[in-house]
Amino acid sequence: MDAPVPVDVRTLPGPETIALRQLPNGLTLLARENFASPAVFVAGFIRVGSQDEAPEQAGLASLVASLLTRGTRSFTYEEINERVESVGASLRVSGGTHTTTFTLKSLAEDAPPLLELLADILRAPTFPDEHVQRVKRQRLTVLKEREHNTQAMAMLAFYEHAYPPEHPYHRPTSGHVSTVEPLTRDDMVRFFETHYEPCGGAVVLVGAMPADEALDVLERTFGEWENRPGRTRPPVPQVALPLAPDEVFRPVPDKSQSDIVLGAPAMPVKHPDYLPAVVANSILGVFGLMGRLGESVRDEEGLAYYARSVLQRSPSNSPWYAVAGVAPDQVERAVELIRGEMRRLGDELVPDDELDDNKSFIVGSLPLRLETNEGVAMAILDMVRYDLGLDYVQRFPERVFEVDAEAVRRVAATYLRPDACVVAVSGPPEA
Amino acid sequence: MEDRIRDVRLDNGLRVLVKEMHTAPVASFWLWYRVGSRNEVQGITGISHWVEHMMFKGTERFPKGAIDREIARLGGTFNAMTWLDFTAYYATLPAQHISLALEIEADRMVNSRFDPDEVEAERTVILSERHMYENYPTFLLSEQVTAVALLVHPYRHETIGWESDLRTMTRDDLYRHYRTYYTPSNATAVAVGDFDGEAMIDRIVQAFGHLPPGPPVPPVRVQEPPQRGERRVTVTGPGSTRYLEVAYRAPAATEDDWFAFAVLDTVLGGAKAFSTRGPSPNARTSRLYRALVDGGLAANVGTFLMPTLDPYLYTITVTLLPNSDPEEVEGVVFDEIRRLQREPISAAELEKAQKQVRAQFAFSAESVSSQAYWLGFSSTIADVDWFLDFLGRVERVTEADVQRVAERYLAPSQRTVGWYEPQVNAGK
Repeated sequence: MDAPVPVDVRTLPGPETIALRQLPNGLTLLARENFASPAVFVAGFIRVGSQDEAPEQAGLASLVASLLTRGTRSFTYEEINERVESVGASLRVSGGTHTTTFTLKSLAEDAPPLLELLADILRAPTFPDEHVQRVKRQRLTVLKEREHNTQAMAMLAFYEHAYPPEHPYHRPTSGHVSTVEPLTRDDMVRFFETHYEPCGGAVVLVGAMPADEALDVLERTFGEWENRPGRTRPPVPQVALPLAPDEVFRPVPDKSQSDIVLGAPAMPVKHPDYLPAVVANSILGVFGLMGRLGESVRDEEGLAYYARSVLQRSPSNSPWYAVAGVAPDQVERAVELIRGEMRRLGDELVPDDELDDNKSFIVGSLPLRLETNEGVAMAILDMVRYDLGLDYVQRFPERVFEVDAEAVRRVAATYLRPDACVVAVSGPPEA
Repeated sequence: MEDRIRDVRLDNGLRVLVKEMHTAPVASFWLWYRVGSRNEVQGITGISHWVEHMMFKGTERFPKGAIDREIARLGGTFNAMTWLDFTAYYATLPAQHISLALEIEADRMVNSRFDPDEVEAERTVILSERHMYENYPTFLLSEQVTAVALLVHPYRHETIGWESDLRTMTRDDLYRHYRTYYTPSNATAVAVGDFDGEAMIDRIVQAFGHLPPGPPVPPVRVQEPPQRGERRVTVTGPGSTRYLEVAYRAPAATEDDWFAFAVLDTVLGGAKAFSTRGPSPNARTSRLYRALVDGGLAANVGTFLMPTLDPYLYTITVTLLPNSDPEEVEGVVFDEIRRLQREPISAAELEKAQKQVRAQFAFSAESVSSQAYWLGFSSTIADVDWFLDFLGRVERVTEADVQRVAERYLAPSQRTVGWYEPQVNAGK
């Protein structure tokens, strides 16, 4: 193999350049210096999410996360907003499936007081009744808008059919109108008091602050945060594979275009098949302008503006799917083409030059993704979130280059089963 | 980090802007053409965007698919964007490979083939892109509001173009547009990244210096006539949510008023990155968010102000809650505008707006591609000095400037009010 290794691993974040401190409460603190601009980016997660909510309360975890910035023991809603925005900062909390993630972007000089605010938001939110009602109304409006969005409806149908009802991916983190409507302030307070704790979580600061100082600031801010006695978390269920083939159509009247999601659950991010699958996915629907799918669906047949594939990262069976938006009368043709490309990847060995190009792209684009404080912070956070080791990013190039054509063929054949997958389509019904 | 910007004009008219940045081993190269939907007339709307698509369809040296493959295999990302005033091509690569981007851009500036079969294949792709946008009520509303707010200026149509034009435009139309506007004298090359600045200029001279300058591009003479009263438009379509969009005429980027308007917008609608790239920061302390979203009338509100060559539009878009009274929502928006006209913003609001702009600028300094974006963008819609003076001009804005701009641009007679009315069984 003569493809160049297009990256100097010493420039990538790794154990030598990431300062690390473990707190007694189970929180991991990390910091990496970058004085190129006077800004910092802080990102963190705790292990709470929609997997902790009852299916009939879908949307609860995400709603709780949205309400954290609506008032705390020490700050009103107005004060929180004023503190953040008066210095041009951004502060966001978002409830996901397995974790709840928070981010703070500010000038370095403004970071310490904003971190105190962040800690108060995570530890002592008050869930003011007025805001509970308001945020709920806003959420319901968004969910009703979603019912008319063909991309979102196809995606929703895919998850519902690809994952069994007991799996958290079966339902959207934002919930449904029917599950969000009945949620009360008591539900939110109870969820918060049961699940929000630092144990197993992490916070990373990247930017214009000496790493020791950053760790000290983070420890002062989060060191006193206490765990919930007796909280246990069942492991995430895994999905039995392969699936039974399944097709589902969600009509949305009067739209110009239909959207397709076609795929199945695959493997967790720690699984040995994951990196070969990253390479296979790049070949299928990422590389250049969207890989082989872009070539056949977009370029050769001119069916779609977009046709690509996505392999998510997840501690459970990461979803692996192709998506495309096509004219309603071209859905069948597009599905046939996508299936054909999936089948070809599982049947035939990828030619050497195509394989080498894809591996070089995956490795070579690493520095680009790590160019900003935000990019570095999220990469460090993911190494902790998925328990990959702090040298994961540095080892990544070498491990990608180890993937051979047979490994690509094998993972494609194992997980991309074009005849045993879910085909979800949403668009106008008359097509 | 060296802050110096090297600014050179080649004999063939190509403007070259180069900045060293050694924070990461990457480099970004952009080629900006002064052509966009501003340069289009009825019958060929969307042509600039379509030409952009054709630039990926091959030359003799880089046949179709080669550009994608060559950049990607070196670990680069690339794309292009077309908007009102510009068409820009960019690639960001590991720094040692950046020359490839120069070679590709110099080659396709003159050698793109516009193969008739490829033009036809791309027609359906572009129609599909338009249909994707049409699936969103806010696109349908915005397209109509813009067309009503501007009677004659080419900014009145969307960059994607009208469907009938996309169905009838020919290969020769596209090729003529390409030959007219893709010339060194109508372009700016920008390189930012981990390289030696002088050596980069030499490489750009080598790649582009031999290209013929090309004739001057046809001037855009159209000026929008004054608006003599409020305009209204209603769009009906599928959905369950009502949207309001209000548009006012905004000043051109080079006018001092634009900077006062930017401060006004920060107070009214929240801090902005003023860029077509990346998300906007939190905006919950903006006057409109407080009045509409905290006021329980709307699920969301957003405002839009972009620097443009000619005067364009300032827009406010509101997503209503299901039970909100449309008249009340309109009234609240207009009350907030009247407040800006009647009383000056406070010193604290001014100071906060200025700090927000400073922070946004610091954030944009982190990445080579956003630095290159700003250099190329500002030299296309104004000049590099426009970018270098940006913070200074924002700092010089006074409370009285903001009030004056509110009176001048946001009068009731100067607005276009658009409503999206959802209809459960809207027929085609």
